[in-house]
Amino acid sequence: MIAYLEEMMDVLLSTLWDVAPIVLLIFFFQVFILRQPVPNLRRVLIGSVYVVLGLALFLMGLEKSLFPLGEIMASQLSDPAFISVDGNQDFLWYHYYWIYLFAASIGFATTIAEPSLIAVAIKANEVSGGSITNWGLRIAVALGVAFALAVGSYRIVSGTPLYLYILVGYCIVVVQTIFAPKGLIALAYDSGGVTTSTVTVPIVAALGLGLSSAVPGSNPAVDGFGLIAFASLFPIISVLAYAQFRNILLRSK
Amino acid sequence: MIIKLTKVLFSKLYSAFKDLIPIIAVVAFFQLLVIRQPLPDFGNVVFGALLVVIGLMLFIEGLEIALFPIGEAMADALTRKGSLFWLSLFAFGIGFSTTIAEPALTAVAIEAGRVASQGGVLSAERVDDYALGLRLTVAISVGFAIWIGVLRILKGWPIYYLMIGGYILVMLITIIAPDEIIGIAYDVGGVTTSTITVPLVTALGVGLATTIKGRSPLTDGFGLIAFASLTPMIFVMLYGILIFM
Repeated sequence: MIAYLEEMMDVLLSTLWDVAPIVLLIFFFQVFILRQPVPNLRRVLIGSVYVVLGLALFLMGLEKSLFPLGEIMASQLSDPAFISVDGNQDFLWYHYYWIYLFAASIGFATTIAEPSLIAVAIKANEVSGGSITNWGLRIAVALGVAFALAVGSYRIVSGTPLYLYILVGYCIVVVQTIFAPKGLIALAYDSGGVTTSTVTVPIVAALGLGLSSAVPGSNPAVDGFGLIAFASLFPIISVLAYAQFRNILLRSK
Repeated sequence: MIIKLTKVLFSKLYSAFKDLIPIIAVVAFFQLLVIRQPLPDFGNVVFGALLVVIGLMLFIEGLEIALFPIGEAMADALTRKGSLFWLSLFAFGIGFSTTIAEPALTAVAIEAGRVASQGGVLSAERVDDYALGLRLTVAISVGFAIWIGVLRILKGWPIYYLMIGGYILVMLITIIAPDEIIGIAYDVGGVTTSTITVPLVTALGVGLATTIKGRSPLTDGFGLIAFASLTPMIFVMLYGILIFM
């Protein structure tokens, strides 16, 4: 019990430490530049306590459950003993199919639970007058991350150069931008940045590390990079596709 | 009264739980059907999951009553003050200050320093300076990004010109950037936007686009986060060119 409380205090302190610069900045602007009281100060303070406490509990919970599990699962699934079918150690890229499936499904699942994406989805729903549904946007982003992690794992396994994928991805985004409804482009570009925070990054890091240390001939320090880059590029494509699809539906009505 | 409160609490807990169902399903599927090995420390996992649900519920509640209103109130107050200088400084400050303290970035910077020194391109005593330089570069680039994003909302520039211009810049710099920096530069764009920055910055953008005449909150209000994941790539590759060439 006491150990839990101590751990809780640690996580709480480090969350407070993260929040401190923003609080100072807002405080400085309110007191010295804007020189006016914060509207509904009491509510805002209570809400801030919720945010810090909620984030601390969330992180502590993840560290007890999802992160160790994700690490174990990533290393078990990329273990040569698991992949080899009949003792054959000569792996081709398609022998890693469980890894691709795991990468895609864990990418989808963690993105759905990503708090900053929930925040953007709430805002988008509010601003669009409800026409962009909360779950519609989140599922579109999550599908993008799922695809990104599957392709990213394939890249680590096959050892193909990272920049090629990024360049092709950018070209797709540029072409889509020309045809997508203009109102949703900014939101789509934003979706790239929000996918990779609290929940997804540690899992993705574990996946990249486990995979590149298990794949023969790859160097974990160099090849482990790039998954996060994929996870912030592909959601732009999937949300732009969602915007185009939604536009077609609206027109046909 | 109490019955009503409990009802509200349970419906909020349930909606937080719904966000976690996919994770539970994926873990259960792979554990039960593919890996088929007993879960280590099952009790701890269940306890952790419970904390995650409660934490998520509190966070979302706080989002609606604190983070969104603060972002909107600041946007409103700063536009009414009418000073471009202070608005710019606030935009830069919010990007810089939230990034420099970001633990994920610190971890990546240290890792990047280790990789570079193992690769023999960086002497061991310069690793700390290199990591600090990397963090400063990223923090400045995010501050710059939010500032440009705010300027875009004020002026009504369409986002795609800026973003596509940025992408072209990334591609061009990739050609000349040293290999040691490219992977890190691409990844760093993804770790810069933390869970507290995103709601604040989104509310700031939407708030600005709502108060300024002729801007649409949907078309113009979003996009600040997008810049914050683009500019670090450019700045970090430039930093790499400066350090390694």
